[in-house]
Amino acid sequence: MGPTAQQVEAVFRADYARAVATLTRQFGDLGLAEDAVPDALAVALATWPDAGVPASPTGWVLTTARHRAIDRLRREGSRSARQREAALLHAADEAREVPVVADDRLRLVFTCCHPALARPAQVALTLRLVAGLQTPAIARAFLVPEPRMAQRLVRAKRKIRDAHIPYRVPTEAELPARLAAVLAVVYLVYNEGYLPSGDTTDADAVALAGEAVRLARLLVELMPDEAEARGLLALLLLGEARRPARRSADGTWVRLADQDRAAWDVALATEGLDLVRWCLRRGAPGPYQVQAAIAAVHTDAPGAAATDWGQVVALYDQLLVFAPTDVVRLNRAIAVAEVAGPGEALRLVDGLDQDGYHLLHATCADLLERLGRAGEARAAYDTALALTANPLERDLLDRRRANLPAPR
Amino acid sequence: MPEYLLSVHNTVGAEPPAPEFMERMYAQVSALNDEMHHAGVWVFAGGLQPADTAQVVRRRDDGLVVTDGPYLEGKEVIGGFWIILVPDADQAAAWARRAAQACEGDVEVRAFQPVPRD
Repeated sequence: MGPTAQQVEAVFRADYARAVATLTRQFGDLGLAEDAVPDALAVALATWPDAGVPASPTGWVLTTARHRAIDRLRREGSRSARQREAALLHAADEAREVPVVADDRLRLVFTCCHPALARPAQVALTLRLVAGLQTPAIARAFLVPEPRMAQRLVRAKRKIRDAHIPYRVPTEAELPARLAAVLAVVYLVYNEGYLPSGDTTDADAVALAGEAVRLARLLVELMPDEAEARGLLALLLLGEARRPARRSADGTWVRLADQDRAAWDVALATEGLDLVRWCLRRGAPGPYQVQAAIAAVHTDAPGAAATDWGQVVALYDQLLVFAPTDVVRLNRAIAVAEVAGPGEALRLVDGLDQDGYHLLHATCADLLERLGRAGEARAAYDTALALTANPLERDLLDRRRANLPAPR
Repeated sequence: MPEYLLSVHNTVGAEPPAPEFMERMYAQVSALNDEMHHAGVWVFAGGLQPADTAQVVRRRDDGLVVTDGPYLEGKEVIGGFWIILVPDADQAAAWARRAAQACEGDVEVRAFQPVPRD
């Protein structure tokens, strides 16, 4: 009894990045590699259900995709005879090397996140080529019409070809800046899956967050010495650990302070905490590691009141060195409220220049409420509500506002 | 191997640049040109006269007319350019960084289309 179509597709998802990466190196043509892998999938869907899964599916996928790429090269009229020969010769030379080089997927990651590409193109390419997501799924995740997402991918691949963006891991000198872009892409994917907006379903959001975690795991696997890659994975795992508690039984959003900590995923939390400890021993902090350390302080606390808020404030001070932004200052102020009281926190928040940011007004509202200034708190909730369209956030703000003591 | 255009984009102020600035820039650019020659990547380089010295040939319904330039009225103009021959976009960008430092302006990197040879 052979595998079902879903099982065949699952095998391909697991090997997708490796196959595209290896073929890109062998043929020097990312577009060709990306066409050949789905060709191989079609062959597998036609033959595996009867013949069974081959003994080495990864090897089968690579070999079959390679043959399909050569077929495509021979058939394609758009290439000159000279280009075809060059690509085939290139492939013949490369095939004599070790078939799978560990670096291939890493090269692919860095090509997808090349600074010559705009961030939305980097994100789309990474999800398509490294995570192996289909275009409709990517379009849905980012609320972009499918033809536009397809166009974005085509343009990005064309730019890689026409600008001769190289397919390689950056040099030591370039690496810090280039790695930061890769981590930012994965973090952006995670954020899209963190707070589902009105038009994405919860299932889509969970799947996207899962892709981000898989990508972060891949980065750690490919760059085991990069502390920031581990910091990012830790941050995502500690966030995912809280997912079961982030929504109430009736689907509403639950703030960290109000979450049922017994519902947190212990396995994910433990893995995240282990990674944070590894980072601390390493002693080469960066923005993702510090954010993960902040998340770890929350994870370690038995309850919101028992949190080591002094430690949280100290970590935000450290984060400000890497990311001196008002968003970080706002989050620091929220921790200061627990150490020095809401009055001191409000003074800090009032000094920030982010009038268009709904969470600034939501924070003000919370602090004013705790200071017994219900009228001003109500006005601040109104401002926050006017600035966000996200239904989950609006619902939470509405409920907080309704719970304020009635004006006399 | 692809050729790249490194074009220097300057912001035009009301005042012409100071002589000390021009002198420093010429020295820096000249040193960079030497390095490009040594590395075997230099194809061509040149600085342009100010944009208001340009004339423009425009296509009209009734034929071509010559008018005064520049083509686009704006504060950003191309002040000069290099053409270099390097294997890929990263090496082009590495030379563009040096170019931006040498001429103290922003530099755009664009590959030339391949010349059809069949």
